[in-house]
Amino acid sequence: MKIGPNGSTGMHRSLTSGKLRPENRNREPSLTFSLPLTDTNAAAVVSPIVSLTNLVKQFGRFAALRGVTAEFAARKLYAIVGDNGAGKTTLLRALAGLTQPTRGQLSILGSPDIRSVCRHIGYMAHPSLLYDEMSGMENLRYFARLYEIDDDRCCASAIAAVKLDPALERPVGQYSQGMRQRMSLARALLNDPKILLLDEPFSNVDVPSAREMVSLLAAMRDAGKTIFVVTHQADLLLGSADEIVKMEAGKIVSRASGAPRAEPQ
Amino acid sequence: MSPFPGIVRATLAKDLRLEWRSRDAINSMLFFALLVVVIFSFSFDPLAEQSRRIAGGLIWVAFLFAAVTALNQTWARELRNQVLDAYRISPAPANSLFLAKALGNFVFVGVLEALMTPLFILFYNLRAIGPGWQLLPVAVLGTWALVVNGTFFAAMSLRTRSREIMLPLLLFPISIPALIAMVSATTNILTGEDSARFWIVFLATYDVVFTCIGLLLFELVLAAE
Repeated sequence: MKIGPNGSTGMHRSLTSGKLRPENRNREPSLTFSLPLTDTNAAAVVSPIVSLTNLVKQFGRFAALRGVTAEFAARKLYAIVGDNGAGKTTLLRALAGLTQPTRGQLSILGSPDIRSVCRHIGYMAHPSLLYDEMSGMENLRYFARLYEIDDDRCCASAIAAVKLDPALERPVGQYSQGMRQRMSLARALLNDPKILLLDEPFSNVDVPSAREMVSLLAAMRDAGKTIFVVTHQADLLLGSADEIVKMEAGKIVSRASGAPRAEPQ
Repeated sequence: MSPFPGIVRATLAKDLRLEWRSRDAINSMLFFALLVVVIFSFSFDPLAEQSRRIAGGLIWVAFLFAAVTALNQTWARELRNQVLDAYRISPAPANSLFLAKALGNFVFVGVLEALMTPLFILFYNLRAIGPGWQLLPVAVLGTWALVVNGTFFAAMSLRTRSREIMLPLLLFPISIPALIAMVSATTNILTGEDSARFWIVFLATYDVVFTCIGLLLFELVLAAE
């Protein structure tokens, strides 16, 4: 069953089965899988999927981003952490094309024009970006039309992928916060994006559900997506994230590999 | 094939569905228009010949003020949960959102007019001495003139702190030529003293010009932070 307009079947298979796809990602199943930023990712670094050069965003006299320069390789899960006001959400909104940088350059999938590659970007904001009066399926059906996806099965697949019931007729306004977060993720997955931008996806979600979401994100990363997660709960992503990107006062101050997760006994 | 018609259709269907479930816009418009009809019917003798002369102005002012409440409502629901951002990041053209919203508002205000017109006729004892069929093009063109500008300026005032005040400040001055045409045409038809043809052509021209301007400029409005 296809999920995306381009006919790719990878995401649906990998998400619903919960299995990793070894052909996409050849990791060692050991504790020390993470992050050789130098050798194995050399090819990816040569042509980064996201490239930022001296990115500045000012709101009046306040600079939310102060000259961010970074490159991000494809098929990785990045956790962006930092205190409130560090510029995490502004960075994510700039990547989504929702905010125009005041200065600097931003390139996604090799294009400086985000509008031209917006089909390949999925964005989940802190608010749900869903209509409260409509059911999950009705919401996704509408947003699918915006991406010229006419197949209702795509919407059903995206909802099923986040472990919700596509037949649920309750309006989204009556969902629990956790269900709403999942439905919001389903909306972001609808167009089978190459780059997924998630702003606080685990906020107001109980720990087991958050861990399930992390597994889902890891599976999507293994299926070939590049994922940026802005979060205050970086511990949830330890072991799953390839990199922890720390921001402070509008700058990236460190990039560290995600610590390994202990294997269950 | 261009995605434009499909997105317009989907957005219009979504707006109608949301309004059907919440009835936010229709209820507030009906309440306001009903108040105007009742209050003004006490203010002067509705049976007098004079009422035919002022009914045109009264009707359109009531519809204009009532429409403003609907225009605010239809955009306000796009701000809840920041749903508008989901549209902004999609590849859907901005002007398809504008056209769908304008059509949706046209339907809402059209429903209001259909419900209120019999009440106006009843309360003010109205009957057309001129060609009554001309009231239909005046109503259609006049309503479109109100909603096309209203949709545009409501979107413009969306991110301002006091958008309920900002919308009338932007909308009313630019609607004055259309309002004059609507009132003059309606009065001419009701009194039968003069032809309404000039005003109908004027309204059609006004609609074409402002629809084109809205379609061309809406991308800038939507992209504004």
